[in-house]
Amino acid sequence: MKMRRWIVAGVFLADFVALGAGQEHNPLSGDPKAAKAGEYEFRINCALCHGLGAKGGGRGPDLTRAVKKRTRNDAEMFQVISNGIPGTAMPANGTNGQGVGMTDREIWQIVTYIRSQEVKAAAKPAGDSAHGKELFYGDANCAMCHMVDGKGGRLGPDLSGVGGSRTRAAIIDSVRNPSNRLAWGLTEVTKEFPQEYETVTVVTEDGKQIKGVTLNEDSFSVQIMDMGEHIHLLEKDKLKSFQKTRESAMPKYDTDVLSDKDLADVVTYLTSVGAK
Amino acid sequence: MTFLARNSETWRSSSPSMCAWKSGPFRAALRAIGKWAFMPCVPGLKRRAFETERGAKAPLFHGCGKIVFALYTFSILLAMSFAQVTSDRLVNSAKEPQNWMTYSGDYSGKRFSGLDQISVINAHAMVAKWVYQVGATGKLETTPLVVDGIMYATAQDDRAFALDARSGRPIWMYQRQLPGDIRPCCGRVNRGLAILGDKVFMGTLDAHVIALDSKTGNVVWDVTAADYRTGHSFTVAPLAVKNLIVIGISGGEYGVRGFIDAYDADTGARKWRFYTVPAPGEPGHDSWSGDSWKVGGAPAWNTGTYDPATNQIFWPTGNPSPSNRGDARAGDNLYSNSLLALDADSGKLNWYFQFTKHDEHDWDATQVPVIIDTKDKKLIAQADRNGFFYVIDRTTGKLISAAPYGKQTWSDSKDADGRPVANQNASPTLKGHTVCPGALGTTNFMPPTYDPQTELFYVTARDQCDIFSKAPQPYEPGHAFYGSAYFPSEEAEPYLGFLKAIDPATGEIKQKFQHTSPTWSGVLSTAGGLVFSGDAEGNFIAFDAKTLKPLWHFQMGGAVYAGPMAFAVDGKEYVAIAAGSSVYAFGLP
Repeated sequence: MKMRRWIVAGVFLADFVALGAGQEHNPLSGDPKAAKAGEYEFRINCALCHGLGAKGGGRGPDLTRAVKKRTRNDAEMFQVISNGIPGTAMPANGTNGQGVGMTDREIWQIVTYIRSQEVKAAAKPAGDSAHGKELFYGDANCAMCHMVDGKGGRLGPDLSGVGGSRTRAAIIDSVRNPSNRLAWGLTEVTKEFPQEYETVTVVTEDGKQIKGVTLNEDSFSVQIMDMGEHIHLLEKDKLKSFQKTRESAMPKYDTDVLSDKDLADVVTYLTSVGAK
Repeated sequence: MTFLARNSETWRSSSPSMCAWKSGPFRAALRAIGKWAFMPCVPGLKRRAFETERGAKAPLFHGCGKIVFALYTFSILLAMSFAQVTSDRLVNSAKEPQNWMTYSGDYSGKRFSGLDQISVINAHAMVAKWVYQVGATGKLETTPLVVDGIMYATAQDDRAFALDARSGRPIWMYQRQLPGDIRPCCGRVNRGLAILGDKVFMGTLDAHVIALDSKTGNVVWDVTAADYRTGHSFTVAPLAVKNLIVIGISGGEYGVRGFIDAYDADTGARKWRFYTVPAPGEPGHDSWSGDSWKVGGAPAWNTGTYDPATNQIFWPTGNPSPSNRGDARAGDNLYSNSLLALDADSGKLNWYFQFTKHDEHDWDATQVPVIIDTKDKKLIAQADRNGFFYVIDRTTGKLISAAPYGKQTWSDSKDADGRPVANQNASPTLKGHTVCPGALGTTNFMPPTYDPQTELFYVTARDQCDIFSKAPQPYEPGHAFYGSAYFPSEEAEPYLGFLKAIDPATGEIKQKFQHTSPTWSGVLSTAGGLVFSGDAEGNFIAFDAKTLKPLWHFQMGGAVYAGPMAFAVDGKEYVAIAAGSSVYAFGLP
């Protein structure tokens, strides 16, 4: 009991520090007019990745979740919108080339809008996280190609954060129809859109066939990880053949392979990890 | 070459030489006169003599009478070879292919260099000659100018700089102190300078037009064109015409009322302004419903071209505001998304051609309109953002042909004039639906090239479709005014990027090269049978102009958002382009 009190005090202190450190409170908090204005700004500046209605758009996280991975309060959200998140596709205000730079007031409007769109988390989890983890590393074979928290394979995207950045529906769709929407891979700041996990098959000069996913590519060279996780650095004009498809290297998990219930458990596991 | 260093107070580096001087008859003439004049004089006199030429008071003629004559001759030759950039030189720029004196290289907008030292034969051997790291983050969209061995360019944070074009060594740098609350539509960028006389000219993100001394970078004049707080800004490279500096405003996403201005190059006094959205009582005003014209947009943010024979400026305009919702601005919304033919002296409109009427897809027509002369026709060609390649009679403004050069779904019929007409499904909806091309367009601001040798028009093209949605949005001064937004359509993935060679005579695509992904690079053609362009992956590529087969490439480490150009110094050809946050110059080993 004593321990718990200390934890409560610690959390309170952390909140206090966070509020004091950033730009205090949202001056427009709860203002429906500001939320409406924020919706315009959101559409222009954010919806490209976060989707209409802030529900996530395949590139950016679903922002309608009440619990967010990167921000605990309005002040932190303001900072993230202003400065972006280094190492991710989230750009600093005014640098995404899509919209225009926003004023502080407009950023607060967006924060207010996002808050107005949030839905309360479901009362109970939609699946069994522990069973989902078992499946992930066991029968469902996910870990052969995907990593979570440093454990697993390298061929597919690391899924440690996917639960925090994609909707359940998007994750389920990716498992059922992996080729529907290839996952974004390398976040290359100089490119508009990051490289995708395209499947590639090449035949080298000496007749060797290599199949894998592209790590990166330009008109003259390609960097491939093969099924055995070996990296091949190849010059295109020296290849006998170069074939790329948008069929994902990931097998299609239909309900015969993974039942709806089992899939729900896997997604619950990923969500529990990703929301950390 | 000491005299050069003496002649210009700002050349701190040693004797940057002049192409015109170093090669050809000037060199021979100057050498001969110099030899003759100085032979009997004491060593060291040479330097002092040139001080005299600059107007120094010390008498230096003792015993060397013929020096007077020599100096006189020198001064004439010097005036010819290092003259300021006169209006005549700009008109006759083809005579000095070593220089690149306007955004597109000449008034016609061809972005064609007459240099042929680097050619299909030897392009494979090209090497990087120098790199100048600008040090600004963001997109470097500048096309450098080069005049008599000096390169002048800009960066996205409104700095301008001069470099020794042989080495990339800086000569001067000007950095604008921008207010913190500027509202540059669509990002902080700058596409370059104009040069005239001994000044270079820049439009700034806080909507000023400034003239800088081309030898020092000092501000000569600075005028306010509009209020930046209402979303006005300049990103365009101005165009020097006669004694005027012509420039168009940005701010189509802020509900500005667009205009094209002309300023006196000497004083900065505004000589004329053409509003691209007509006021009540002016022709074309009835193409706007209600008060929508007041915030009608139609900016003019890419550099136009000029026909000295008819004294007409051809300048393209951008989207009407708000860009994705046309409900409140019923009508054609003149002169948005149009090509304007303006009298250079008065700014009076001679004719216009509207590419996209009542645009709701952000399809600014701000592409460089390229002047092309055939045996019997005076044409102007524009590869428009809406996906069609237009050829127009530039004396009348009448459309000659319009052919698609990329994926488009918005038009499947043409009007009596041959102009593509929007179909029923083109307009954005509340929920959003897919239209091709996307808002970024089949092409965008990246400058194209026309190669008079292959008679082909080369343009960077993109196949991408977007989901266009709309929503009511009130206008608020200084706030983004889109009327909703667009998203890349997943149905239409992957987005494809091309370099396409279009035959203006037929509209047919003769050759194409597919990039790994869409690029924002401009295109250059040269008399060496080459076409140059860059890609989003950071490559700079030399293509055979006939086949579009890559002959050479260099990985620059940053995506390209700029147009390439070519120049020569000391008889050596260079090709330059900005990529990432640097300017690169390439040449033969």
